[in-house]
Amino acid sequence: MAELQFREALRAAMVEEMRRDESVFIMGEEVAEYDGAYKVTQGMLEEFGFKRVIDTPISELGFSGIGVGAAMNGLRPIVEFMTFNFAVVGIDQIINNAAKLRYMSGGQIKIPIVFRGPNASAGQLGATHSVAFEALYGHVPGLKVVYPSEPGDAKGLLKTSIRDDNPVIFLESEQMYGLKGDVPDDDDYTIPFGVAKIKREGSDVTIVAHGKMYHVAQQAAKELAKDGIEAEIIDPRTIKPFDMKTVIESVKKTNRCVIVDETHPFCGIASEVGFQLQRDAFDYLDAPVQRVTVPDVPAPFAKNLFDLWLPGPKQVIEAVNAVTYRS
Amino acid sequence: MAKKAEEKGFTPTGVVYKSTKLPKPTSKTHDKLGLKKKDLLNLYDSMYRQRRFEERAAQMYQKGKFGGFLHLYIGQEAISTGVVHALNDDDDLITAYRDHGFALARGATSDECMAELFGKATGISNGKGGSMHYFKLEKHFWGGHAIVGAHIPLAAGLAFANKYNDSDRVAVCFFGDGAVDQGALNETFNMAQLWKLPVIFVVENNGYSMGTAVERHSAGDLHKRGDAYGMKNDIVNGMDVFTIIEKFQEVAKDVRKNQEPWFLEIRTYRYRGHSMSDPGNYRTKDELEEFKQSDPIERLKTYVLDKKLVKQEELDEINKKIDKEVLDAIDFAEESDFPEPEALFQHVYVEDDFPFVK
Repeated sequence: MAELQFREALRAAMVEEMRRDESVFIMGEEVAEYDGAYKVTQGMLEEFGFKRVIDTPISELGFSGIGVGAAMNGLRPIVEFMTFNFAVVGIDQIINNAAKLRYMSGGQIKIPIVFRGPNASAGQLGATHSVAFEALYGHVPGLKVVYPSEPGDAKGLLKTSIRDDNPVIFLESEQMYGLKGDVPDDDDYTIPFGVAKIKREGSDVTIVAHGKMYHVAQQAAKELAKDGIEAEIIDPRTIKPFDMKTVIESVKKTNRCVIVDETHPFCGIASEVGFQLQRDAFDYLDAPVQRVTVPDVPAPFAKNLFDLWLPGPKQVIEAVNAVTYRS
Repeated sequence: MAKKAEEKGFTPTGVVYKSTKLPKPTSKTHDKLGLKKKDLLNLYDSMYRQRRFEERAAQMYQKGKFGGFLHLYIGQEAISTGVVHALNDDDDLITAYRDHGFALARGATSDECMAELFGKATGISNGKGGSMHYFKLEKHFWGGHAIVGAHIPLAAGLAFANKYNDSDRVAVCFFGDGAVDQGALNETFNMAQLWKLPVIFVVENNGYSMGTAVERHSAGDLHKRGDAYGMKNDIVNGMDVFTIIEKFQEVAKDVRKNQEPWFLEIRTYRYRGHSMSDPGNYRTKDELEEFKQSDPIERLKTYVLDKKLVKQEELDEINKKIDKEVLDAIDFAEESDFPEPEALFQHVYVEDDFPFVK
C-alpha cells in the first residue's frame, strides 16, 4: 500500500496495464510531449515511446473514431479527453459507433476502449466547461460508466476498465487529481464493476454519493454526527452497472435516503436511483427520498452564483434534515 | 422550384444536367492488367450477382416483405467488384449504408444478405443490423455504416491498428459524395496524413448527396480536398471495372509500400433513387439514360464477347445460376426464423449476464 495522488493512481493503473499488454496504448491532446494537461500521463512517453503514447491534434471526433476503429481491429486504446466537455465534439463516435457496433453486427465486433478524462465542474470555468456527463453516458446501452472518488478505487477501476472488452467511460475530476489516498501496489489490483462500497457506516440515513460529491457527503456526515445523526455513505463507484442492491440493503436499515449527484435533476442519476428505491424499497421508506443536485441551469461564472449552483455540505444537511423530519 | 432572378439565396439552385463528368477509362486490355478468362468470368459473376440481388430485394421491399430502408447500389457495381479483385483478401474494407454490393463482392452469400434484409437470425448480422449494417468480419468486411461520414475515422483506426501491429494490410474506406462535407472526413484526413496511415479513402461520387447535386453541396472538386493535407489523390472512372482494377492495384501497392494514405474520387452513377421512396425529380431522365449507356455490366459483357474471350452461353450460364441463387435466397430468408426474444439483450455487451436496468 502506498499513499498516492489520484493522478498517480491513474498513471500507475495505465503503466501497469501497458507493461502487461502490448496492445494497450494511450492517445489524446498533450498526453505525450507535454506530459499531460493535468500530468496524469507524466513520464509515460519516456517509458513507452511515441508508438504507444500519442499526441493528437485537437480533433475529438477524429481521434475518438480512430480509437474505436483501432479497438475493432484488435488494440486496446485509452483515449484521454482533456475534459469530457470536449468529448461532446466527438460524441457521435462514442454513442453511435463505440456503443452500438457490437449490437448492429450481431456480436461480431468487440470494442475494448477506455475514454477517460476529467468530468463535471472545476470551479469558475463557465457553462461549457462544467458539465457532469455520467447521466448522459449512463443512458446509452453498450457503454459502461465509472466515476471513482478516491485514488485506490481509481486505480482498481481503471485497471478493470482497460481489461474490459466493452467501451468504458471513465470519469475523473480536475479538482481531485491532487487528492491523496491509500493505493494497493498489487499489479493485479482490480475492482469489479457494479460493486458499491459502504464508506461510512451509520443507521440514521443513507447518503448515496459518487465522484466529487462523495467528498461533499463526507463533509456533511461529519457535521451531522455532531448533531447525533449517523449517516451511512454509499459510493456506487460505477454508474453503469449500478449497484442498487447495496443501496437498498442500506435503506432497509436506515429507512431514509438522500442522493447527492452533480448532474442536473431531470433524468439524472438521482432520478433513477430514486425511482428504483420507490419501486423496490417502498415499504422500508419512512420519508420521501430527497436529492441534492446542481439546478436545472448551466453553470454560471460569477463566484456568488457558482456557489449557489454547486451542491455543498449545507444542501446535503438540509436534505438529511428533511428525510429525518428535523427541519 | 426555380429561383426568381431577384431572389436572394445561399445554396446553388436548380436541376443540374450531368452531375458527374466521367474521366476516361483505362485503355489497357485485360491482358495488360493480368486478367485471365477465369478472372473475367469472376468479375461478371460478381457484378451480375450484386445487380440481380438488389433487383430482387427491391421487388421484395415493394411487396412489403420487410421494412427499414433500402439503398440500392445498382450502377456502381464496377467499384466494389474491381476493388475486391485488386486488393488482398485480408485488406480491410469498410463502407457506408449502400453496402449490399460490397458484402456480396467480398464473398458474403446471397442467403445471408437476403436474410438480413428480412431481419432473420440467419442474416449476415444476425438480423440486428438490417440493410444498412451488413458486417462480415471473417472476410475483413467491417460494415455497413449509416451515420454519414462517421465510419471514416473508423477506417483510419483500422489502418492505425494494422500499422501498430506491423501488418501490411491496407484499409479501404468508401463513402458517398455527401460525406465529403462532414467534419469527420477533414479531421481524419489530417491525422491519417500526419500519422502516415495505410488507408485509401474513396469517395464514390455518384453525383447526388441524396437529392442534392454535388455542385450544390460541395465547393470545388472533391478529390482536391486531399491537396489541403498533402494527400495523394486522383479521379477515377467508376463505370469501368478494368479502370478500377488498374487504379487500385497501383494505389494499394503504393500505400502498402510507403505507408501513406490516398484519396480517390471515383465518378459513378446510381440508377435508382437514394432510397426506395425517392421519386428522383432532382435529376433529368436524359442524364439517367446517358449513364445507363456506360453500364459496367454491359460494358464488360460487350468487351468479352467482342473479343471472343467468352461465349454468350457461358454468360447465360452464369445468369441462370445467379437468378436461381437469388430466388433461393428469398426462400431461405422467408423460411428462416426471426431472432429469439432473448436476442434482444444479446450482443449489447461482451458478457451475456450484464445486469440491465429494468
